[in-house]
Amino acid sequence: MTDTIVHAPIPDQSEGHHTSTGLSNEKLAMWAFLGSECLLFGGLISVFLIYRNKPVGVGPKVSQIYDIPFTSVSSFVLLMSSLTMVLALAGIQRGDHRRARIWILTTAALGATFVAGQVYEFTSFVREGLGYTTNLQSSAFYTLTGFHGVHVTIGIIMLLSLYTLSLRGNLPTEKAETVEIVGLYWHFVDVVWILIFTVVYLIHP
Amino acid sequence: MAIAAHEETVHGSGHAHPSDLQYVYVALFLGVVTGAEIVLGYRHPNALIIGSLLTLMVIKFATVALWFMHLRFDSLLFRRFFLTGILLAAGVYIAIMMTAFQFFGNDTTSVPLNKIPPPARITR
Amino acid sequence: MALTEERPLLELTAGDDEVRQPLGSFRRPTSTTGWRSWITTVDHKRIGILYGATALTFFAIGGLEALLIRAQLAQPNGQVLSPERYNQAFTMHGTTMVFLVIMPMLAAFANYLIPLQIGARDVAFPRLNALSFWIFLFGGLFLYSGAVLDQIADNGWFNYAPNSGVLYSPGHGIDFWTLGLQIAGIASLLGAVNLIVTCINMRAPGMTLMRMPIFTWMALVAQFLLLFAIPVITVALFLLMFDRLFGGNFFVVQKGADPLMWQHLFWIFGHPEVYILVLPAFGIVSEVIPVFARKPLFGYPFMVFSGIAIGFMGWGVWAHHMFASGAGPVTVAAFSLSTMFIAVPTGVKIFNWIGTLWGGKLQFTTAMCFAIALVSQFTIGGLSGVTHSISPSDWQQTDTYYIVAHFHYVLFGGSVFGIFAGFYFWWPKVFGRCLDEKIGKIHFFTWLIGFNLTFGPMHVLGLQGQPRRTATYADGMGWNLMNLLSSIGAFTIGVGFLIFIFNVVKSRNNVVTDPDPWDARTLEWATSSPPPAHNFDISPTVSSLDEWWHRKYELGDDHKLHRREHPESFTAATPPENIHLPSPSYWPLIIAAGLPFIGWGLIYSYWLAGFGGLLTFVGIYGLVLEPSVDPDAGHHGHADTHDTHEPEPAAVVAGAAEAEEDADQ
Repeated sequence: MTDTIVHAPIPDQSEGHHTSTGLSNEKLAMWAFLGSECLLFGGLISVFLIYRNKPVGVGPKVSQIYDIPFTSVSSFVLLMSSLTMVLALAGIQRGDHRRARIWILTTAALGATFVAGQVYEFTSFVREGLGYTTNLQSSAFYTLTGFHGVHVTIGIIMLLSLYTLSLRGNLPTEKAETVEIVGLYWHFVDVVWILIFTVVYLIHP
Repeated sequence: MAIAAHEETVHGSGHAHPSDLQYVYVALFLGVVTGAEIVLGYRHPNALIIGSLLTLMVIKFATVALWFMHLRFDSLLFRRFFLTGILLAAGVYIAIMMTAFQFFGNDTTSVPLNKIPPPARITR
Repeated sequence: MALTEERPLLELTAGDDEVRQPLGSFRRPTSTTGWRSWITTVDHKRIGILYGATALTFFAIGGLEALLIRAQLAQPNGQVLSPERYNQAFTMHGTTMVFLVIMPMLAAFANYLIPLQIGARDVAFPRLNALSFWIFLFGGLFLYSGAVLDQIADNGWFNYAPNSGVLYSPGHGIDFWTLGLQIAGIASLLGAVNLIVTCINMRAPGMTLMRMPIFTWMALVAQFLLLFAIPVITVALFLLMFDRLFGGNFFVVQKGADPLMWQHLFWIFGHPEVYILVLPAFGIVSEVIPVFARKPLFGYPFMVFSGIAIGFMGWGVWAHHMFASGAGPVTVAAFSLSTMFIAVPTGVKIFNWIGTLWGGKLQFTTAMCFAIALVSQFTIGGLSGVTHSISPSDWQQTDTYYIVAHFHYVLFGGSVFGIFAGFYFWWPKVFGRCLDEKIGKIHFFTWLIGFNLTFGPMHVLGLQGQPRRTATYADGMGWNLMNLLSSIGAFTIGVGFLIFIFNVVKSRNNVVTDPDPWDARTLEWATSSPPPAHNFDISPTVSSLDEWWHRKYELGDDHKLHRREHPESFTAATPPENIHLPSPSYWPLIIAAGLPFIGWGLIYSYWLAGFGGLLTFVGIYGLVLEPSVDPDAGHHGHADTHDTHEPEPAAVVAGAAEAEEDADQ
């Protein structure tokens, strides 16, 4: 694979990054945090995978009550929110603040749609007789997807904060990196769902 | 650890980002892959299907990470941080799953007791 | 002085003039002395001292618990503690010593020393640093708050499920343990992110990675381990918490749960944790030994890479804690091998220390004594550790006092001796006062003898079969003498600690004027003692490993080393004016104060959790929106063209995501 790393010179002073590596502290911190999050979600996913194969005593198996078309749509919504997020960042980097705000709000709305879908999914599962305490699989399933949902919710809160900051003129182009960092978090939450969608929903022996 | 070999390299924060249109193309690609995944998901899960689903998953994951998270354009250091996390997670959790799924043989009692050879000699 | 133009790196986060009064409420704290300045400080040196003082307090508490255990076991059929109390004593002793003593103590050293050693003004995120400390403190207080209600964890420091489930541990003790460690885990994670970024990004010009002092390196490796290990125990703790509070089934074996699940998750965290506890201590000793051997560290690159190797290999040995769990022959064989391998980089370190000592002009100061004690005592612990990699032997030793002996040789003989070497070594730097050497020697020998008397006999007891975590033993087992010796040793250690405290109190009058009393090698000795708030009057530039030493000595024409008359240090007659330090803030304290309420709320009443969550939530916004440099603080009397980039919010929001998870669960 060709490496297309841009070997740019040290960023000019106006960006305000004067660090040993020339990288921004905040972005580095975010990547370190995301590296750490890999082990969090890895743990939850593997607990689910291990418990999915155990026989259930009571209640249905999770895989029996999946609503794949519904989950596919909400997965698609979350996937597209990554696009709007990156468009918001591109907007603010260009100095197009109005458009950036629109995309930020769109991203938050798509995220909220996803969370709403998850709430609907949970309630319908409970109606089908699969509560949190019903069996091993249900605990593992709700914990994994619930953790992800909480992450999305935190992302939405951060996006709405960005929107408010921008509305009040506190998010000038020089601070585009703040959007980028929230965006990194958002995309990470998205890639985690890419994993969950495949290994939890689509592959079930 | 991840930065051991990364000695004082200065990477810019990437000024050659793709255009909006390119992002839309990437998203379209992701959408198509998701469609393929869903179609595959309805097939009977044999090894081939599972393998292709996992491959598509990795492709999607990498696409989002490389394009939307700008890892393609950003410093190698970020990529190393992320990869360290992913590889450590994959390593330790796959090891657990192999133990739990009895790839390694989960308990010694699964060997019938009469098949265990007696110790050669017991000295006291 | 055009300081910031030459060294823009040292210009810390600049203020945002647009948001003056975040949330329009608090006046920003301005005091620089008194208790208020301590609870609002964002200075890495003060935070380091706070960490150290807190950890020493917990050390005393954990030590008292140890003395209770030894008082109980001094004689057969001990009656000092009931079996229930005994279980609580050893659980809280282990938990305290690991999570509330050694980890924060090393955080203290890392916080204090890393910025000084790499020539920075502060850590990368000073306010986040304060947040880490307060979260840690409140986590520790929360962990112990259960004692007020007589709800104390009693399941051992690794708290195996399913025994820790509601069925077998119906009280709330385990809940306090689980939530307390989760809170402390947030602190460690934030601290790890902060220090990693500091080491990578805040180094002085010329301070390449391979010129970083070895302590900084080892602390950095430990922070990476924390970064990746904390989420694993977070998963385990969350699952246990959900089991206990919301009726989850993760560890309910009756419903088919895997009884090994907790053990795997705990030890995937637990083994890197062992290196988190010991690597910084290795770093301390690697700083102390060259100074008092009057030689550079032997094989610096090998020290660095063996540390990194230990960090990586530490991820592949966890199942040796589980050999007796029936993990299967392939698992046992694989992890036996990896356990044997990990002794190699550790051995490299031991040999390098010996190589440093070899042929040196040794000065047996107290710090040096503790450092040499680490080398020898840790080697004993390391060797008994290798015996565990032979699984048939491990089966024999599992859950006996042999294990207790082993890990105390590693953690007391390793980490604690290293920490006290660090105390005696850096005390003059931190406080401008010297600990008394004569009393220090008495302390050292009391501890050396007491330590070996306590834990040496445990090897024998373990091989004789005395089980650990058992409240009493019968007479006539042949264990009486060794147990008595061990208890005498434990109380000797207690006396030694009192001697140390006496030394600390006495040191108030023992002012040192020389900022570099040991003729040391690294940058922190090139500034005054205690260092000013901005660390260095003159911005350091680095051209070699052991920079300060190279500034002091030069090779003369006679091929001998000569000390320069006036080495170029980083202190100036008139302190510079152009340095922006972040202003103190109440918000870290407020964010942290919300977390124990969330914990109590989850156990007793969700209303309380709501209150705590609100406090934390508001606190996060307060911290994020507050400009890191107070625009009203009055040090803006110069024309400075710094940009208004205020870089903290996103990182704080993101870093606090973990904190919010607690709030939202």
